[in-house]
Amino acid sequence: MSPLNVPASGALLSVQKLTKFFGSFAACNEIDLDIAPGEIHALLGENGAGKSTLVKMLFGVLEPTDGQILWEGRPATIMSPGEARKLGIGMVFQHFSLFEALTVAENIALSLDDSIPIGKIAEEARALSQAYGLPLDPHAHVADLSVGERQRIEIVRALLQNPKLIILDEPTSVLTPQEADRLFETLFKLRAEGRSVLYISHRLEEVQRICDRATVLRHGRVTGACDPKQETPASLARMMVGSEVAAVTHPERNDKGEVQLAVSNLSVSARTPFAMPLRDVSLTVCSGEILAIAGVAGNGQSELFDALSGEYPVSSAEAIIIRKKPVGTQGITARRLLGAGFVPEERHGHAAVSAMKLSDNLVLARSQSDRKAFLGILGIIRQGAVKSAARRISEVMDVRKSGDDPSAGSLSGGNLQKFIVGRELDRQPAVLVVNQPTWGVDAGAASRIRQALVDLAKAGSAVVVISQDLDEIFEVATDIAVISEGRLSRPYPADELTREKIGLLMGGLHEGKHAAEAAHAH
Amino acid sequence: MRIELEKRPQVSKLYAFVSPLLALVLTLIAGAIMFAMLGKGPVEALDAFFVEPLLEVWSLHELAIKAAPLILIGVGLAVCYRSNNWNIGAEGQFTIGAITGSYIPIIFYDWHSPLVLPLMLILGALGGALFAAIPALLKAHFNTNEILTSLMLVYIAQLYLDWLIRGAWRDPKGFNFPVSRDFAQEAIVPAIWEESGRAHWGFIFAIVAAVLVWFMMRFTLKGFEVVVLGQSERAGRFAGFSSKRMIWFSFLFSGALAGLAGICEVSGSIGHLQPAISPGYGFTAIIVAFLGRLNPLGIIASGLVLALTYLGGEAAQLSIGVSDKVTRVFQGLILFFVLSCDTLIYYKIRIVWSRVRGGAA
Repeated sequence: MSPLNVPASGALLSVQKLTKFFGSFAACNEIDLDIAPGEIHALLGENGAGKSTLVKMLFGVLEPTDGQILWEGRPATIMSPGEARKLGIGMVFQHFSLFEALTVAENIALSLDDSIPIGKIAEEARALSQAYGLPLDPHAHVADLSVGERQRIEIVRALLQNPKLIILDEPTSVLTPQEADRLFETLFKLRAEGRSVLYISHRLEEVQRICDRATVLRHGRVTGACDPKQETPASLARMMVGSEVAAVTHPERNDKGEVQLAVSNLSVSARTPFAMPLRDVSLTVCSGEILAIAGVAGNGQSELFDALSGEYPVSSAEAIIIRKKPVGTQGITARRLLGAGFVPEERHGHAAVSAMKLSDNLVLARSQSDRKAFLGILGIIRQGAVKSAARRISEVMDVRKSGDDPSAGSLSGGNLQKFIVGRELDRQPAVLVVNQPTWGVDAGAASRIRQALVDLAKAGSAVVVISQDLDEIFEVATDIAVISEGRLSRPYPADELTREKIGLLMGGLHEGKHAAEAAHAH
Repeated sequence: MRIELEKRPQVSKLYAFVSPLLALVLTLIAGAIMFAMLGKGPVEALDAFFVEPLLEVWSLHELAIKAAPLILIGVGLAVCYRSNNWNIGAEGQFTIGAITGSYIPIIFYDWHSPLVLPLMLILGALGGALFAAIPALLKAHFNTNEILTSLMLVYIAQLYLDWLIRGAWRDPKGFNFPVSRDFAQEAIVPAIWEESGRAHWGFIFAIVAAVLVWFMMRFTLKGFEVVVLGQSERAGRFAGFSSKRMIWFSFLFSGALAGLAGICEVSGSIGHLQPAISPGYGFTAIIVAFLGRLNPLGIIASGLVLALTYLGGEAAQLSIGVSDKVTRVFQGLILFFVLSCDTLIYYKIRIVWSRVRGGAA
């Protein structure tokens, strides 16, 4: 690595009154931001606050409408990611752009000059990954790697360009606590070398822990610039959301009711080459209980959801029992008619059809369970009844939308998610299975959704929450189980588990292998 | 200078309406240029092509005759395409429908009963549906690409018809010409208004089918299911809809309508079977479906427009002496311009002359 040639004083990157309009909508409105050499700078904000737009302008993906960018004190126009890289800006995106069928080195080669031989790239990548504590085998196929390892590829790919500024977009959203710690060490190492990091996140705790300064965005404007270590999570959240975030009142442990959902020895083979098979999964959830299933993405969560929801029925009817009825072989409609509700992870194209109106998206999930109310003769949809139900849900869940019945795609992630969760709550399901209830959702909406889940359980329903977000799990769960490589640990009462313990379980250390650690060995 | 496509935040309702009209105008301009290059006066040529056929009553009847199969098939295809199933083989289903529907008047030519015509129509629809069941089966169970299978089956159907007419079904009293026996009177779809022209009830069927399908798509759960599965199979599965069943439904439904169109055409406007029974209705109906925005009521209008290109082609052949292939050229131009104008619905076009930078840069 050559020594970094940065002016002794002044900012590495300075953004002045940067503005981006989409039509008449200002995604970024006169944003000022300074990044000093050798600092980890946080960019905080809810979804839709303009973080991604700002970063895309810095990386040459979008062209600013107005304002200017100063790089090392000189005005710069960044027209393409290539130019950004040449200036010394590297970027690690939230959604990786990797080809699963290729090796690590091949993936890296794709983003570099054609002229560099692949052997040299592999060598450099290995050297870099060791230097920064990001162990990586350049000849491994991406398909075989965990999400954390894939992220390392992206980071190494950015480091190969010897950047002065590295932008990381929500890097820890897919990592275990241990993996995140390792990432932080890498970031500290980068900082020690005088490189700067722009760290985008909405996880307050993380930002307080590792960042030197923070810039907070809301509705496309800067609402605060601070030293996060001087702030409290509540004060940071206030800058992000604009008002106090309601704390979720933790459920009291009451006596367990009847078993509502029982899964026993469920095994499902992988449907696609990249899916995770489920291995011998068992769980029971009673009335009043919220069972959280923790785990790193890609360990069988979506497969488990598909099996529980009946979107892909399993071969044995007895493997899944909803309210005493074996339903393993039946589809989602039969399970809904028994009183179960489901909220999938992906909002667009799974839980909702983006181009359709909210009222249509209500019919999507409830055409059969509310047949009497929503359908007339010949299967004619009663628009009036559907619309008023959609309005009721929007009111109860505080869904903010433009117009009475806009398309699902026009809502922000958080508001659409509130609607999707509200759509199920509205019929008071006896069993609710939710996959990643607040993924990519802003703090205000997330707290609203979590509170709704807690209230539902309090009212006597059984709730399963599949989540990667440990904060969320500790906020809502009465019991916690961990999924890893398609295997589910036994459930632990929430108050007996620590983050560290969950982290170990996430890494696949089950009681058998790690009896000494387990608080409750057999 | 460069041209930029900027995604609109919301689909433009204005352009959704204007785009087909703009496409028609561009088609006419391109057509005028083509006629000029052929050495014909563009104005007279376009007049002969698009205006004259509309000036006489008998000609309007011919328009209805040509529009009937286009609308019937187009409406069925719209359901298919909305559900993301790509039936390209309506021409084949049309042909098989014509064959199965003709079974009674050709084989049981001695049977005279008012039941003959209804039975023919039912058999025609059944034949079309069964023929469409082949690509449906292949897609639903073997994940075969339905575009290829349905398209290739067209040629099988056409050659089968040819073989029948030159063999088993040839008219024994037909001097060895490859035509079937003429249909008896009760096997003919009656004319709507006999005194003024040839248009038959096939056109009425087409309008009724379009209105019914419009109602289904607009108001019922079935129509909702079609659209949901077409937009996102995953969301459809979440709703409890089965994409496999939708493959069957959409193919059988569009096949049945194409088959019905086939037997109506043979019985109503030809009167017997012959090797060539369609100037490509099944393919043109694809253009009809898209020009009509996959909306059954729009398809009535676009069916009439495309019928006019057939009629205009015939007229232009006579009056100004250009090849009837001009019809195909116009149909191609329309589809081309419709698809390109649709870009305007989703995107704004900006011409950027130079880099514009605010601030002190």
